[in-house]
Amino acid sequence: MSFKRKDLLGLGSLSPEEMALILEAAEPFKEVSGREIKKVPALRGKTVVNLFFEPSTRTRTSFELAAKRLSADVVNFSPSSSSVVKGETLLDTARNIEFMQADILVLRHSSAGAAEILAKNSRMSVINAGDGWHEHPTQALSDLLTIQEKKGQVRGLHVAIVGDVAHSRVARSNIHALTKMGAHVRVVGPPTMMPLFLHRLGVQVYHDFDKAIAGVDVVIMLRLQLERQGRSLFPSIREYARLYGLTFERVQRAAKDVLVMHPGPVNRGVEIAHDVVDGGSAVILDQVANGVAVRMGLMYLLSQRN
Amino acid sequence: MSGTNHRHESVIMDRYEMTRALTRIAHEILERNRGCHDVGLVGIRTGGVYLAQRLKQLISQIEQTDVVLGELDITLYRDDLALRKDQPVLKKTDIPFHISDLKIILVDDVLFTGRTIRAAMDGLMDLGRPVEIQLAVLVDRGHRQLPIRANYVGKNIPTAKDENIRVFLEELGEEDRVSKLIDAERTA
Repeated sequence: MSFKRKDLLGLGSLSPEEMALILEAAEPFKEVSGREIKKVPALRGKTVVNLFFEPSTRTRTSFELAAKRLSADVVNFSPSSSSVVKGETLLDTARNIEFMQADILVLRHSSAGAAEILAKNSRMSVINAGDGWHEHPTQALSDLLTIQEKKGQVRGLHVAIVGDVAHSRVARSNIHALTKMGAHVRVVGPPTMMPLFLHRLGVQVYHDFDKAIAGVDVVIMLRLQLERQGRSLFPSIREYARLYGLTFERVQRAAKDVLVMHPGPVNRGVEIAHDVVDGGSAVILDQVANGVAVRMGLMYLLSQRN
Repeated sequence: MSGTNHRHESVIMDRYEMTRALTRIAHEILERNRGCHDVGLVGIRTGGVYLAQRLKQLISQIEQTDVVLGELDITLYRDDLALRKDQPVLKKTDIPFHISDLKIILVDDVLFTGRTIRAAMDGLMDLGRPVEIQLAVLVDRGHRQLPIRANYVGKNIPTAKDENIRVFLEELGEEDRVSKLIDAERTA
């Protein structure tokens, strides 16, 4: 089987086989990143454009490194330094990039569906690097690869996703990825942070973290988006940390060989305690390393499409 | 097409001939390099890897010494990546030693256009600077498109360009042999 899609917009529309194909393609690139000369010529002569309308260091750098290690040429666009401040529409910006003969466009935007609109109106391959509260597929694929590596397989595992699920594209992509690959997913958080109709995605909803974490194999902590504090989704950060922070004591309630994951950036002492971030269960940096490999595998597959 | 595509197979080397050829290559490698203390074998995926394993074993039988062995996947270095209709399957390169101070012997099953070897040399150079690169192949079938020549050849088999030479290996669930495959439709 080969990967036939032009774009990667989300995991909601991907089959388990397609996800497995991307993970399989990522595997050889881990070796490339471990070399002294971290470069292969697979995307020589291709152009990758990073178009980021929201601040991001980790994801943008990860995409940039991935493209460069494949020998593609990379251009970074950010709104503050581009014509967007002069009033150009998203579609016009993308068209201009397309007519400079770019091959792959990596887009982060605050509106859900932005990547899809560009994908439908462009010959370029579009990779969604986060659109509003909708999806962040490459992050979830990196998480999937990390779990698969550490646990052997995803099927049958019990996974807790904890935090502001309603406003998290990472959570949404992870729920799709994990349920489709056969994991049992529970989501945990205060009712104000749980979207309606969550059960339709095939997950169990918990409001009590101590109950939810019992026996789980993987805990995925979501970043508390402190910049959203004004929306009063919870009374205080201190109360949130007490009820939904991952402490060493809570980790003890999970399975013995539990994996602790976090998409970053970490708010130490808020959603996750210092000793947990630095502890033996945390695989946060493995997620980062796998992120580069997954993005290399994905860009390789997209560039192979004919 | 595939339903009517019966192939006529004529065996060119049987398993005894294959073993003899590989044994001779093992001796030639030892002779040319005066032993194998500074030699590393690198098999090109997939067939070359198994042949490299056999050469390693033969060398250790002849000289009671161990040669280091690696596996190279050349997919990312192909010059036809952008042209192909299918997606070649990516596999891992696994070379668990420093190639920089070694004479590397690339091992492949069939030498044809030379493009695979060009890609393999590029891949190897990205991993370090070998003292020397030599090439060992079980079959040389001619029709080179690049100035490349093997140092060790199991058998030269003259072919027409559209003929198909295949090396079947026990490790891949086949009986050891080298065959020329001809489409039945073409001969009919």
